[in-house]
Amino acid sequence: MALPEDDPATASAEAVAEAPLVEAPADTVAGEVVLRLTDLVKTFPGVRALDGVQLEVRAGEVHCLLGQNGAGKSTLIKVLAGVHQPDSGQVEWRGEPATFANPQAAMKAGIATIYQELDLVEDLSVAENAFLGHEYRSFGFVRRGRMARHTRQILSRLGHGEIPPGRMVRSLPAAGKQIVSMARALSHEARLIIMDEPSAVLAHDEVGNLFRIIRELTAQGIAVIYISHRLEEIREIGDRVTVLKDGRTTAANLPARDTPTRDLVSRMTGRTIEYVFPDRPTDDSAGADLLQVEGLTRTGEFADVSLNVRAGEIVGIAGLVGSGRSELLETIYGARLPEAGTVQMDGKVLRPGVGAAVRAGMGMAPEERKSQALLLGEPIYRNVTLATFGRYARLGFTNAAKERAEADRIAETLELRPRDVDRPVRTLSGGNQQKVVVGRWLLGGTKLLLLDEPTRGVDVGARAELYQVIRALAAQGVGVLLVSSEVPEVLGLADRVLVMREGRVVREAAAGELDENTVLDLVMAGSLMEGAPA
Amino acid sequence: MSDATPTPTATPERPQLPAQSPPVDPAETAVAGNKAGSGGKLSWWRGDGGDGAKRNLGLIGVLAALIVVGAITKPDLYGDPNWVWNNVLAILQLASVVGVVTVGMTFVIIGGGIDLSVGAIVALAGVWCTTVATQSYGAGGMIFAALAVGICVGLVNGVLISYGRLVPFIATLAMLVAARGLAASISNKQTQVSSSTFINDIAARKVIGIPILVYILGAVVLAGWVVLNRTTFGRRTIAVGGNPEAARLAGINVRRHTMLLYALSGLCCGIAAIMLTSQATSAQAAMANLYELDAIAAAIIGGTLLSGGRGTIVGSLLGVIIFATITNLFAINGLSIEAQNMVKGGIIVAAVLVQQFQFKSVTRLLARNRVTTAT
Ligand SMILES: Nc1ncnc2c1ncn2[C@@H]1O[C@H](COP(=O)(O)OP(=O)(O)OP(=O)(O)O)[C@@H](O)[C@H]1O
Ligand SMILES: [Mg+2]
Repeated sequence: MALPEDDPATASAEAVAEAPLVEAPADTVAGEVVLRLTDLVKTFPGVRALDGVQLEVRAGEVHCLLGQNGAGKSTLIKVLAGVHQPDSGQVEWRGEPATFANPQAAMKAGIATIYQELDLVEDLSVAENAFLGHEYRSFGFVRRGRMARHTRQILSRLGHGEIPPGRMVRSLPAAGKQIVSMARALSHEARLIIMDEPSAVLAHDEVGNLFRIIRELTAQGIAVIYISHRLEEIREIGDRVTVLKDGRTTAANLPARDTPTRDLVSRMTGRTIEYVFPDRPTDDSAGADLLQVEGLTRTGEFADVSLNVRAGEIVGIAGLVGSGRSELLETIYGARLPEAGTVQMDGKVLRPGVGAAVRAGMGMAPEERKSQALLLGEPIYRNVTLATFGRYARLGFTNAAKERAEADRIAETLELRPRDVDRPVRTLSGGNQQKVVVGRWLLGGTKLLLLDEPTRGVDVGARAELYQVIRALAAQGVGVLLVSSEVPEVLGLADRVLVMREGRVVREAAAGELDENTVLDLVMAGSLMEGAPA
Repeated sequence: MSDATPTPTATPERPQLPAQSPPVDPAETAVAGNKAGSGGKLSWWRGDGGDGAKRNLGLIGVLAALIVVGAITKPDLYGDPNWVWNNVLAILQLASVVGVVTVGMTFVIIGGGIDLSVGAIVALAGVWCTTVATQSYGAGGMIFAALAVGICVGLVNGVLISYGRLVPFIATLAMLVAARGLAASISNKQTQVSSSTFINDIAARKVIGIPILVYILGAVVLAGWVVLNRTTFGRRTIAVGGNPEAARLAGINVRRHTMLLYALSGLCCGIAAIMLTSQATSAQAAMANLYELDAIAAAIIGGTLLSGGRGTIVGSLLGVIIFATITNLFAINGLSIEAQNMVKGGIIVAAVLVQQFQFKSVTRLLARNRVTTAT
């Protein structure tokens, strides 16, 4: 249906370009308490997700929520956003008791939310997603032109002016979707913006952009609730911190900058965690070449990549989102066909296809857990054994008892919460779902692990466990190829590091020879849209 | 009746609903209510396939209600235990042929596809096994021919869909037309009488008072249940239908499995063809007309999700039996087939509405989108 780009009758209202990114309502008073939660309780069958939460948020502050996977952070913000209804407790919004019966009510009251799990409509355009539910309208027609302009403006403020507003969301890479999801929250007039792990899919420089925007918002008196498992981010952007443990507030309103890490961690976990990477083996214990990649190329994604992984070695790939890392991993795994180059396992060239790769002993934990890895309605144990149930089967009959036992073992090692492996995966918190994705390949029987952002959304404690498990596997002779946006993770866990930029390997060195700044300098100068399918 | 095709959700391509789930993960809430049992604010009948048992209890409730209706309208008949037993057998016999087809259909739908060609495959297999040439090989030859034709046509469907990348709706629609055409040309549009007493006896005889057709249905249902719930084939089916990308990245050969699912459906059609031929002691190109609709409808009211990844064999069986009971109810009350079809249509819609309750929040979101997409 062809519509005029703009309705002439209202063309004068084109002052969008000068408008601030998000308009704070005129009566915003910095420092006033905008939100107060008392004794909030929310139960799901078998789980008390919130068990008496207290929270106080002031206008103009960045209030951080800390807590382990499954502590109840996402549930809390979903209650605020009108997605869940609390069982009991009070929500006080701008001095008055409030209930948000549905997400629209919360938005109307001035609460905008960036959810942990992407909530975009894949078959709508970027602009349509950004303005979903509050489109610019005149005479019943949607004003696409104005929406596109405003979207472009928000995107360029987010540092991603290159994402076309008319592009279908489906065709964007994961980080691009995250940006759109942020743009959506920023397209509202809001007093409180909630961000649930927005940085989990973002690379270093993009987190910088995000922080710049958060500062602009708070300068206008808008309050921000910020959730992240990365303590350094909380130190950098946060004003006050509230810590949740098992659905309860264990500490409220701690100063974000000055509270010692030890305190934060022990309030989160009830114990202390040495947040360190496992030691590397002292001698050069790595064995023969396991994986050899020669001149691998896919136009627009990566070019002429050669690398090798030896048995017992952890090789890390650092690079921005869009540098071709994930595509490279998927190509090695046979999920994408290379245009040139070969992949060899144990000296034998692999036939194309995932099946051949898996038979040769490869396993891959993909980047996007929901769309690429999980059967959300199926029980945890069936998700953990999705790649291996055939191994436990006899004569084609599955062995559920064995599968449950194996899954339970993994659940214990990775501190899955709750531990009940018969629950559907969709009832797990984001970080716990991620443990299921990675856990799938830790069952043994895999010779080469390809891990794409394995710790995305995983809390500090479980992260340390995961590192231990990966190192222990390497010690048993498993080769690991690790992709991560977190440079410290790559440098801390890997034996050898490859730095990728714009689809090419620009540096290869032992992890000890590189430091974070060197890697960041090498990695910079990339943009999201490169590497995205056209 | 073809426009009674089950409701908007019968989209041939997998509807993308779950993928675009909004922040309100709808099924999340559904599961919540479902597990909560009495305490939850959602009721038991919103249970999903994982807790298919609860849903099946609902279907048994519907069945009980139908029996009560029968007992009220014909109290004299229902007062006679002998008549009731025979009526139960009659209903099961009525359900048997479609039931076998529905088992195959359930697999295909759980695997994320749809098979519109089942009725046509039954007809083609029936006609093929009753040609003069085939009948000259005796009953064994006829059975072999029916099963082989079913499997082969199913394989063609499967190859077109998984390797030719045709949308299942289109591929099997084309097969529907083509297979009936082939059946008509083979039979010369004539009714082919089966002269094999072995074949004809299958429908005519009873063992321990129960018709052989009912045993066949029981065996196929049992086999289907075991395969779906206890074998790697079943597990792969759920994975392929639930999240094909995840299945592929876990090393499952999604294409081959999809192909096998259609072959399985074809095999069920071959079995059904023998049963139907035996019932009529003949075969013709127009037989098993609209079985695809009956089978799809039964699977849906049995709780199989049209978007794939979820469904139960027991649910499908109950769906078939409910339809057969309705037919039976109308027959004993001497009511018209038109009224009967209207009731069936109503039941299908009601069943799908129940399913959609789980997606309530998605629908709400989509309703909002409509404003944007409409322009
Ligand atoms: N729909 C649901 N049904 C049942 N249990 C649920 C549901 N949603 C969340 N839970 C449970 O509630 C608890 C809190 O989950 P929540 O998602 O709030 O954790 P979180 O703090 O956000 O964790 P993460 O850091 O991993 O994102 C978990 O134990 C989770 O399993
Ligand atoms: Mg969360």
